[in-house]
Parts: sequence; structure tokens; C-alpha cells
Amino acid sequence: MAGDTLTSSEYIKHHLTNLTYGQHADGSWGLAHSAEEAKEMGFWAFHVDTLGFSIVLGALFIFLFSKAAKGATSGVPGGLQNFVEWILEFVEDNVKSSFTGKNGFIGAMGMTVFIWILLMNAMDLVPVDFIPYVAGLMGVHFLKVVPTTDPNATMGMALSVFALTLYYSFKIKRPGGFFAELAFHPFPKYMFPVNLLLEGVSLIARPISLGLRLFGNMYAGEMIFILIALLPWYVQWTLSLPWAIFHILIVTLQAFIFMVLTIVYMDMAYTVDDH
Amino acid sequence: MEEAKALLFIAGAILMGLGALGAAIGIGSLGGKFLEGAARQPELIPLLRTQFFIVMGLVDAVPMIAVGIAFYILFAVA
Repeated sequence: MAGDTLTSSEYIKHHLTNLTYGQHADGSWGLAHSAEEAKEMGFWAFHVDTLGFSIVLGALFIFLFSKAAKGATSGVPGGLQNFVEWILEFVEDNVKSSFTGKNGFIGAMGMTVFIWILLMNAMDLVPVDFIPYVAGLMGVHFLKVVPTTDPNATMGMALSVFALTLYYSFKIKRPGGFFAELAFHPFPKYMFPVNLLLEGVSLIARPISLGLRLFGNMYAGEMIFILIALLPWYVQWTLSLPWAIFHILIVTLQAFIFMVLTIVYMDMAYTVDDH
Repeated sequence: MEEAKALLFIAGAILMGLGALGAAIGIGSLGGKFLEGAARQPELIPLLRTQFFIVMGLVDAVPMIAVGIAFYILFAVA
């Protein structure tokens, strides 16, 4: 439920405001106390909640998986080892079926992307007011618990993937080959400016759609959870339970799609077309 | 002011309606093709199901984003 003093639109906006750290208008550094103040901080403003939660979840992932790897036995495996092996095989199957090049790094990256995004998305299933309310009692006024509802996080990951694909494109095909792929593709060579335009747009569209797809899905899901939380408490479960169950599908599916597309884009960087 | 508010509601309705329309066509034809493929080659069902879910996630993303933005417009802006 919304607090008694808040209107519903204030409640929604409050829930969609990040905890921002940056430079105030008077030159001092600190946390923003309102959305307007956060906006004035400009480019060098850090979303402390996004960074914090994503780092904590990443550390959790590394801790759990390294624990499973160190304690691995060839005898009867425990529950954690079974679980980790199951995920590992799942990711390995996907990498093997979509990635044709030779690179030991792709599997590790695919798994990191999958589990990390899965954990960040799963924060959406925590009741919307639970962590922000506890944080509010401790004096933190804005808190957005799902890092993937912040476009900074998703676009950051998408741009990192894009940078990797560019790096491997240059490394595998050499700059000349990469240029040839962009310039001589749909139409014959003498029309290369048109080709360059078409291929350039599709190249730039990849990271944007990759990041915005994840962000949009999680943002919409979070938005609907917030709206459900505005209803009276005795009818909330009739909507939030089915939505949460459906959201489990979206959470896994979006993490899986991000991983598959990462692998496919890396595969594109490795496939050499003959021109 | 009243007119501007009414336009916001109409914008939200169009966002949700057209998004749902596109997704319905997309997922309908996708599911139909999936069933066709499954009926023709039942041994490929596990492979097809994975691909089906990937494409469904891709198709599903756009209307979900539209619904999210529409709700934001309806409840937070208007």
C-alpha cells in the first residue's frame, strides 16, 4: 500500500527513482534528496542502488559457483553441485549449438551473462515495498532493487557485448575483412555507400535492441507490480500471484535470450564470409 | 488541460491495443508454424521448443514494453 500522504502517481514516481550519488548544484558531492536534484547532477551521477545490487548479486554468483567447483567430487554429488552442473551443461549445449568458432572464453561469458542477469531479474520477485521500506527506516529514501530496470545497467552490458564483438571482428577478419563485410554485402561492390549505410544501421541496432529489450521487459514487469501494490491489501494476491508466476517465465526467458543473442553476435564476429 | 489528459488516456489505449494486435499476429503464426513443424517431425520437438521460446521472447518483448509505458502514462503522468 501507498503511504497515506502519497498520491498514487507520487508513489509510482517514488518507486521509479534511483538512489543517485553525484555533484550537487552548490558543488558538494552527496546523495540526491529528490528526483529533480538527481536530474540536475547531469552526467557524472551514479545510481548507487543499481551498482550495489548488481555487484552484490555478481559476488553471490561467483561465491556459489566457486564453492561448488572447489567442493566438486567424482563421488555422489550434493545438491549444489548437481544444480551448478545442470546449468553448466545447459549453457554448454547452447554455446555448442550456436557458436562455431574456437574460443574458450565464450562459454564462461555466456554463463556469467545468464546467471548474473537471471539473479538481477529475480530481484523483481521480491515484494516491491519490502527492501525499500526497510531501507527507508534506515534513512535511505530512494531505492530501486532491480538493477535491470535501470537502462544504465542493461545498456552497459549490451555495449560491453558490442565492444567484444567489434574486438573479435577486427581480430578474426582484420579491419579489411570487417570493412568488406559491411560494404560489399547486400548489393554489388559499386554500390558500397548504400551497403555501408544498411549494414551500419543493422550493426548499431544490435546493442540498442539487446539492451532495451531486457530493460523494457523488466521495467514493464516492475511497473505492473507497483500498480498491483496500489490496490487494497486484501485483493493484491489475486493479481500479484498470477503475475509473479508469469513473471518467472519472463525473468528466465529474458536472461536466456540475452545469453543466446550474445553468443550469436560473437558467432557473427567469427564467421568469415567470402567476398 | 482536460483535453491534454484525455489525449494521454487515448495514447495509452493505442499503445496497449496496437502492441497486443502485433503480438497476437506474431505469436499466432509462430505457434502455428511450431505445431506444423512438430507434427511433421516429432523427433525435433525439443530443438523446436527452444527456438520457439527464443522467438517468443523476442516477439513478446515489444508489446510488454508498450504495456509498461502505457501504464506509466495512464497512472503516473495522467
